[in-house]
Amino acid sequence: MDITRRHLLVLLPAAAVAWKFVLAGTPGASPNYKLSEHWWSMLIDIPKCIGCGSCVRACAEENDVPDGYFRTWIERYHVADWKIERPEVESPNGGKQGFPPNEISDGKNFFVPKLCNHCADSPCTQVCPVGATFVTPDGVVLVDKTYCLGCRYCVQACPYGCRFINPKTNTAEKCSLCYHRITKGLTTACCEVCPTGARQLADLKNPKDPIHEFLKTHTVQVLKPHMATGAKVFYNGMDGSVR
Amino acid sequence: MQIPVEGFMYPNEVELQWSVLIVLYPFITGLVAGAFILASLERVFRVQAVKPTYRLALLTALSFLLVAPLPLQLHLGHPERSLEMYLTPHRSSAMAMFGFVYLWYLMAVLLLEIWLDYRRDIVLKAQSSTGLARLFYRALTLGSSNISQRSLQIDERLGYFITLVGIPSAFLLHGYVGFIFGSVKANPWWSSPLMPIVFIFSAMVSGIAAVMLLYMASTRLRARQIDIRCVDKIAQYLLYTFVIDFSLEMLDLLQRIYEADESFRSLDFMVHTRLWKSQVIIQILLGTLTPIALLGLTQVLKLTETARKRIYAIAGSLTVIGIFAMRWNVVIGGQLFSKSFLGYTTYKMGFATREGLLTAILLMILPFTILWVLVKLLPPWPDAGSLSASGATPAHGTS
Amino acid sequence: MFKDIEHLIRLAVVILIAVAAFVLLRAAVIPSSFGQYGHYRGAAITEIAARPIAFAGHDICAGCHTEEAAQKKQGKHVVVACEACHGALARHADDPSALTPAKLDTAVLCTRCHEANSAKPRTFPQVVTADHSGGIACDTCHQPHKPKIEDEMPAGGKK
Repeated sequence: MDITRRHLLVLLPAAAVAWKFVLAGTPGASPNYKLSEHWWSMLIDIPKCIGCGSCVRACAEENDVPDGYFRTWIERYHVADWKIERPEVESPNGGKQGFPPNEISDGKNFFVPKLCNHCADSPCTQVCPVGATFVTPDGVVLVDKTYCLGCRYCVQACPYGCRFINPKTNTAEKCSLCYHRITKGLTTACCEVCPTGARQLADLKNPKDPIHEFLKTHTVQVLKPHMATGAKVFYNGMDGSVR
Repeated sequence: MQIPVEGFMYPNEVELQWSVLIVLYPFITGLVAGAFILASLERVFRVQAVKPTYRLALLTALSFLLVAPLPLQLHLGHPERSLEMYLTPHRSSAMAMFGFVYLWYLMAVLLLEIWLDYRRDIVLKAQSSTGLARLFYRALTLGSSNISQRSLQIDERLGYFITLVGIPSAFLLHGYVGFIFGSVKANPWWSSPLMPIVFIFSAMVSGIAAVMLLYMASTRLRARQIDIRCVDKIAQYLLYTFVIDFSLEMLDLLQRIYEADESFRSLDFMVHTRLWKSQVIIQILLGTLTPIALLGLTQVLKLTETARKRIYAIAGSLTVIGIFAMRWNVVIGGQLFSKSFLGYTTYKMGFATREGLLTAILLMILPFTILWVLVKLLPPWPDAGSLSASGATPAHGTS
Repeated sequence: MFKDIEHLIRLAVVILIAVAAFVLLRAAVIPSSFGQYGHYRGAAITEIAARPIAFAGHDICAGCHTEEAAQKKQGKHVVVACEACHGALARHADDPSALTPAKLDTAVLCTRCHEANSAKPRTFPQVVTADHSGGIACDTCHQPHKPKIEDEMPAGGKK
């Protein structure tokens, strides 16, 4: 395995150890990953999003997301002049194949990528009757598909429409923030392929993470703040019409 | 299969999560709670007039309660895991707690009350019947055939106490169902502190109406005389609870219209289009205002017995339909609009699918079948007698 | 004294047995890692983390494909990860012979990002392909790893 050794040379030490596990066919949480040392979140830089749909496609491929369901998707907004309360929104097939050209001249147009907000006080985990979905100690909302009843209460409880029932497993499913990647020192599939850096995985517990500087110097919002869910996906430059 | 969408939905919202089976579930538990509360009236408040329906109401409550979890089971993606609700209940989940409320109500209240009330009959039947039936009744006696005056008196007192506990339990059972919906902050159509109360009163309305209809139908089937004093009284209670129920719903509506928060425009549009028939026509006009007016008439006008009976039958049927429509509008209506308030989806009910119309119909027939069996096993009427000659013992309700 | 409540005592025994059975069942059936971190199966975290990856990540690609990585560094596409265009290739990184990356059709691929759309940020380079190239493959003129057309083009010149 010549290639393996070459990999090791170029990798960060943490990722290198994890990669070895992946290659050995026994992928697992990297042994040097500590749950208590992370608090994951994501930064979405709306002015950078070009609506190419790479993230949606990559997510589907990385996580085996069935057609017609979305762990992440992109919406295209059109806000005519002052009509901030009545935006026109579309998301053809979740933006998976990008968006057809539109040349609307009045008002503003922009893309908004959506995904699970990995809420700290998440309404979906609150309502799960059996503890099949939970916030991990490192701040990711996950679903235990071997324990989920498929009662769909969590799907109802999510204010953002991030959950669905996987027709293959009949259990609840949602963005896992590529937990199998971030625990191995990699970034999420969507962040990996985002060509403009509109998506950035961030670790709020890591003092060296550039997110801290970014949050200090930018006007940042979360979706539906009145829901008080402790959402951890931060949106830079988000218009007031976004919901 | 393409689901027609109007406007914008978050892509995962297009598919409805809770089907007609989840409509049945609050409808059925509502009938249970309502029937039980009617039964309790006689026992706790000593309303002698409704006594002929006491045992029938208890058996009705039991047969519907036994069916109540079935639509949920059929709906689950993994029914085989449903026991997890009892093994690792999540304390912050309304749904998990409901499992225990249900169990408490079934085991501690309803079964116990029925057992205590029927114990004398059971013992007598165990002595008089033969074969399998004998075995069954003997098992029910738990091996004790003591029906001395004193033991029956103790049963009576304990039964009274259980009914006393049972009334708040019935409220709890159905209030909880309301809370399952009312506590979903993400959904403005559901999220309301009034939801549990509205559910309780609508439950009482539907339960009272159902027992009234069942009493009238079963008496007729047995070719007996309907006790008009009894149905008059029940109809009166039905009217009162219905007026309270309707006022609460209108209060909720008024508040929504006046406040007109961010969700209002979207919900208002939904009521005027997708829910127009089921909400405005069936639920409010046909299922609420009409029966209230009809029942009101019987209070104001001096009508003949036959006319009253006919009116009660019509008003009762409309009521049950109206409450079913109310459950439909809550459960289905709450899923037709997008949480972005920018669009609407459509509910397409299957027919012979796991969660289709046929299943729903079968599930609605099932409690009546169970009731029929229960009535055979534990006759609720005094003159039905026991299975054999020794049945000259009039079952006595509560002496 | 007890004679008249004998049936109730029997009932109490039945209830006690049922409760005991439930408690025992519960103890026997609950997964051992349940409650390790909270009200859920702790082992689920490790299981979910164990999922194999599909996208190898930019660093892994650059480990072997040093030439392309170096070339990419000189152009604007430095921020674009290899797999953004070439697709998920962890299997290829794992064993290069197992999976050969497909040849890409630049006429389709490039438009995903660069086709003009009023919702795209103004500063982002976009073209209406019909006017710009008439639908011919973009790599006829542009080198995707370093897309700016310069010196090696005979007539192009600087900028």
